[in-house]
Amino acid sequence: MTRDIFQPSGQIQFGIFFQGVNSGTIWKAEQSGSQTDFESFRHIAQTAERGKFAAFFLGEGLRLREHLGRPHALDVVGRPDAQTMLAALAAVTSNIGLVATQNTTYNDPADLAHRLASLDLISGGRAAWNIVTTDNAWTGANFRRGGYLDHADRYKHAEAFVETAKRIWDSWETPSGPARRVRHEGQHYAVDVTPLLPRSAQYRPVLFQAGDSPDGRDFAARQADVIFSAHPKFDNAVEFRRDIVARSIAAGRGANAVQIMPASEFILAATDQEAQDKKAWVRSLQIGPQQAIAYLEQFWGRELSSYDPDGPLPEIDPVVEETSETRGSGFHGAKARQLADQWRAEAKDKGLSIRQFVTSKTARVDATFTGSYTAVADHLAEYARVGAVDGFNISPWLIPTGLDDIVNHLVPELQERGVYPTEYRGTTLRENLGLETPVRSEESVQVR
Amino acid sequence: MSSSEDNKAGFLAIELDGAGYENLARAVLAAESAGFHAATFTDGRVSGRANALQRAAFAGPVTRTIAVVPEVDTVYTEPFHVSTQLASLDYVSGGRAGWIVTAAESPEAAAAVGRSFVEGDALAQEAAASIEVGRRLWDSWEDDAVIRDVATGRYLDVDKLHYADFETPADFAGPGYSVKGPSIIPRPLQGQLPVLAAASLVGDGLVPAGAVDAVLVSAPTPELLAAEIRDVRARLGSSLAIVAELDVVLDSRGEAAASRSLSDTETGRARFVGSAAGLIDLLDALLQEADGVRLHPAVFDAELDELSRLVLPELRRRGSLRAPVQDGTFRELLGLGPAENRYATTASGAGK
Repeated sequence: MTRDIFQPSGQIQFGIFFQGVNSGTIWKAEQSGSQTDFESFRHIAQTAERGKFAAFFLGEGLRLREHLGRPHALDVVGRPDAQTMLAALAAVTSNIGLVATQNTTYNDPADLAHRLASLDLISGGRAAWNIVTTDNAWTGANFRRGGYLDHADRYKHAEAFVETAKRIWDSWETPSGPARRVRHEGQHYAVDVTPLLPRSAQYRPVLFQAGDSPDGRDFAARQADVIFSAHPKFDNAVEFRRDIVARSIAAGRGANAVQIMPASEFILAATDQEAQDKKAWVRSLQIGPQQAIAYLEQFWGRELSSYDPDGPLPEIDPVVEETSETRGSGFHGAKARQLADQWRAEAKDKGLSIRQFVTSKTARVDATFTGSYTAVADHLAEYARVGAVDGFNISPWLIPTGLDDIVNHLVPELQERGVYPTEYRGTTLRENLGLETPVRSEESVQVR
Repeated sequence: MSSSEDNKAGFLAIELDGAGYENLARAVLAAESAGFHAATFTDGRVSGRANALQRAAFAGPVTRTIAVVPEVDTVYTEPFHVSTQLASLDYVSGGRAGWIVTAAESPEAAAAVGRSFVEGDALAQEAAASIEVGRRLWDSWEDDAVIRDVATGRYLDVDKLHYADFETPADFAGPGYSVKGPSIIPRPLQGQLPVLAAASLVGDGLVPAGAVDAVLVSAPTPELLAAEIRDVRARLGSSLAIVAELDVVLDSRGEAAASRSLSDTETGRARFVGSAAGLIDLLDALLQEADGVRLHPAVFDAELDELSRLVLPELRRRGSLRAPVQDGTFRELLGLGPAENRYATTASGAGK
């Protein structure tokens, strides 16, 4: 069956991920603008649209990162509500997709589905949902229910949530109704709703998903339209594609049903040498001396400010047995002392100072494309040729001008190579990504 | 210009629900051009109605003058999300956002999110709690918390961030909850967004008058509105801004208002049915009593035509309508001073 054979499109597309937190965004440069003013968002979104970007992504904040028991002070922080900002951007853009990261734990399915349907209608069919799961009680301290979900249950819960949302978006029989009632009784929540909104110009919001564990990948293969992946490096991307194609076929969907857009960062210039120089400058501003020490403090669980950032890793041992979940999602279960030993050995081995070591750990080494516009364009054309990815989701390191050189110089090179769109295919995100219109689920037809 | 110097000049708001979402930009621009000072966005479970806060957010960047004020429920929503959404609305509208607090008395809304139906006194408790969470979170970043101090490597001054540490009171009827904070977005441009609520939700044993900045006052008929406004002022004190609620059906496009009286749906508001001249006299009188009047047009496009052509120009000529201020904040429109920050230690009146 041809449906089971992956067909490369020969094209790549770009998305932009306006991060709003963490060290990837430089705030120390003269060109660093506001993280909250609407003009920063407008400039980025309109620049992206000029470069025919498929999508504009926003993350979701649920609780401020902390460091040794206080809010983390060293990185950019403080971001708007994703859907509110995207509704505003819908008014000043006309083609770009608007992707809201929203968690399935501290939202209600009927409420979230309604708000996403609203965004989809207000934007003329350009909304998408980047589905994330969260389970820690520390985040729950900001919400009515507190922490209630076991880590092991998170995908089961998320999948029931997404199924319910899809039924809500499926519920109108015609553009003028009537709506079918949607009911769900689950372990974690109950929904009984007659949905208020019709289908949008793209039928329903596009679904993005970023989980990378085997469970997360299967979940994406069953439910998502696009995976926001963590595998931008060529060989890894090819391998990840193979894996997702297999899972997608196993889930009864076609080999091309799920698109892949890895997170990435671009450091570009007219020549390779200039780009390398720029990279050194970017890294020095992303990880300053204080950030390097603070990074280690997260794992050591103690103050390390007496250590020289340009000296070796601390010989003193961590005070915590296990890294705490308050420090971010990536550190679950790692034994701090074991990790410290391992890192000291690694740094010594490679002759790295604290700052160099932390830079090597935090910079998106695999996710960074550095080089001249032409060299990077050649490299990306190779991804397009074999279909390693469907596009890249770019995190600019500068706000609000971080896309300017990509749009002005890289995009035309890609267009010249025939691997990047020269026009938007349509006005909806689904059209622009080349996704099929969803088939109405049998389940929603049966539920009365 | 003003023909009567001792006239008190007020403001006019218009409800945009009837404009839907498909022509929202055109509708809100028409309202702004007409000289309305605020656009409100009703929410609640009505088929075909998109989320009010998102409609207000969409309207923000296309306008410069008109305040954008959505209804947001407090019973079946997450107070932390609501606070963030409203702060974000303030940013996308350049400080022109407000919040009409509602407390949904709706079994359907409860069933949709799998919660028990809330009614009676518990509604005001939910509203009061949600307002308190919102206000604490808005203050949880002091205005100058983002310092970008390259020398010390600090983007933030952590001493200017504060935990909200909200707990529902012991007598809270529904399931109690807590909110830790701080907010995930810096303090809104206005410091505190103006909070509005129906006067029937505010007072002793309800939402405390000190928790809101303005109340919406309704009466069964236009004739009874002035007396009701005086009663509410007496009951809640003179520090609250008063906005009178009025449904409007006008003679339009050659049709008499009475013959196009469109629906008999009970809105709980006074309804004016008649000519532009009659409405001008009524609004002129009401604006002497209230700080502002909110109009609910029967058919958005039809009424807006008449209002912008005939009614608002005459009210301005009479000096009973204020001139809209480009880039003014909603706080300024309501006559509220800078919002002090409850957590600020260094200076008072840190808000802008």
